Amino acid sequence: MIAFIIRRFLQSVLVMLTVALIAFGLFRYVGDPINNMVGQDTSLQEREALREGLGLDDPFVVQFGRFVVNAVQGEFGISYRHRRPVEDLIAERLPATLELSIVAALIALLVGVPMGVYTGLHREGFLSRVFMTLSLIGVSLPTFLIGILLILLFGVVLRWLPTFGRGDVVDLGWWTTGLLTVSGAKALIMPSITLALFQMTLIMRLVRSEMLEVLRTDYIKFARARGLANRAINFGHALKNTLVPVITITGLQLGSIIAFAIITESVFQWPGMGLLFIQAINEVDIPVMSAYLCMIALFFVIINLIVDLLYYAVDPRLRIDSTVVGRHG
Amino acid sequence: MTVGAHLVDGVRRFRDSDVYYSFKRSPVTMVAAVVTAIFLISALFAPWLAPHQPFDPATVELLDAFTPPVWEAGGDPRFLLGTDDQGRDMLSTIMYGARISLGVGFAAVAFAMVIGVSLGLVSGYLGGAIDAVIMRVADIQLSFPAILIALLIDGVARSLLPRDMHGEVAIYVLVFAIGISGWVQYARTVRGSTMVEKNKEYVQAAHVMGIPPMLIMLRHVLPNVMGPVLVIGTIHLAVAIITEATLSFLGVGVPPTSPSLGTLIRVGNDFLFSGEWWITIFPGAALALLVLAVNLLGDWLRDALNPKLR
Repeated sequence: MIAFIIRRFLQSVLVMLTVALIAFGLFRYVGDPINNMVGQDTSLQEREALREGLGLDDPFVVQFGRFVVNAVQGEFGISYRHRRPVEDLIAERLPATLELSIVAALIALLVGVPMGVYTGLHREGFLSRVFMTLSLIGVSLPTFLIGILLILLFGVVLRWLPTFGRGDVVDLGWWTTGLLTVSGAKALIMPSITLALFQMTLIMRLVRSEMLEVLRTDYIKFARARGLANRAINFGHALKNTLVPVITITGLQLGSIIAFAIITESVFQWPGMGLLFIQAINEVDIPVMSAYLCMIALFFVIINLIVDLLYYAVDPRLRIDSTVVGRHG
Repeated sequence: MTVGAHLVDGVRRFRDSDVYYSFKRSPVTMVAAVVTAIFLISALFAPWLAPHQPFDPATVELLDAFTPPVWEAGGDPRFLLGTDDQGRDMLSTIMYGARISLGVGFAAVAFAMVIGVSLGLVSGYLGGAIDAVIMRVADIQLSFPAILIALLIDGVARSLLPRDMHGEVAIYVLVFAIGISGWVQYARTVRGSTMVEKNKEYVQAAHVMGIPPMLIMLRHVLPNVMGPVLVIGTIHLAVAIITEATLSFLGVGVPPTSPSLGTLIRVGNDFLFSGEWWITIFPGAALALLVLAVNLLGDWLRDALNPKLR
């Protein structure tokens, strides 16, 4: 057990170091960092002084070490374009992205699970066929196209909802939220549905297939033989047993929701981290790019680490396998 | 046998095969195949089939800009689906766009296939430390969404290249990024089947005969593990097309000078609010239709080739 945790943890650290190396390589070797920081009228002596002050003449390993130490403390330097510390920019944008992602995840769960249960119970029903067809179309439509269609329908033709930005936000000091104002909540509707749709079809299909599998098992037949009400069987016995994989997948998908937020934020000009990153790519704003790279990698590594450890704790078979492999190896 | 006899024989064998039988039984698949074929033909022969030459400045009139589709008020019979902001015929730009989208898609799939199949073969046949390293990397890559990896590779590659080169090399960067983001599926499948094939007698025999491992992998194992690879390839093609369109839509893909479907949607998006919906909706519909058709074909192929489902 301890060996597994240590091995898994070391692997995570290795991934993070690799990503950090890429981020650092970008920062150090794409263009001259000094040229990107100072204006045209800075003299050569001043440039050399700055170079010396920033330690850009030090050996590679020393510089990389310094980069990692700074990154761990959340310092990624100054954005070339915004002329402000990158960590401030990200802190400013983080609430927008997280709010969008969490609302989208909730929508996906609250709509996807009931749809999955329904299609699982009524396999041949008319509504089930409609749901399944819609989900196939939902998988084939790229996220950004769904966003554009929603904008066209509700923003341009019907004029019900705002098509870009966050609306009015309330500043709580350390967090800005759009949930407390009417315009903020309205602005959230279309982006969150766009982001939720793909995950929703995924959850629906997952719940459906899990339900179909569980409904075939002996204990469900036994519950029916005992004369329990359909409701109690379907929800008390069947649904409960399908929820473990659903929760795991949703947990894993949280990372990809934040990644897909890049696309949604671009479509709706949502002022989050994803939009910041896309603008950084277009303007070759390296410090912002490397910061985002490290952050998203950290996010994924943590989620995967937690899921793996939970699996290990829940599933005893994994433990047996690893000892067998260990003995042979 | 002559070439003609071979052909006739091949056609007969195909007509009698299970695959053809299941194809004939599924009307949805037939429609999907027809749609895919139409896209492939119009993409391949766009320069001859397209009603206009949208990227030849001599034939484009700025006066024709923003013409709505034929059936709307103000439509022009010369432009079936209307024109964009520069007076280019939408139908023609979509045909040329599909050419780029499909081209990048096929190239990216081929690239991913070559990397994935080679690594899978090596991993499965040699085993040991090489296998462990390759599969570890695959595991790690699989924990990130493919589109994010493609976006990151694309972004990093762009910042490495000088700005004025972006337009020229954009397509190669895209193929590289999408290819790298998709090799894992191939490698895992091929590794699995290679490990099975490795222990079969014909491989053992080849080994005993002293044929070098490299040659055994390529000549003996490879042909026997390619079946599932083609299925993955078809499904991957849909994913690759979506990824390309998404990156182009985000402005980090194909430049507007030779637009793909995604670039067309991005350009048209600016005119959505002023009522010129057709500039973005038609390329969008074309993209959705293409991806849906390829997805349906891939699903069908997977089921038709899977003996368990018969």
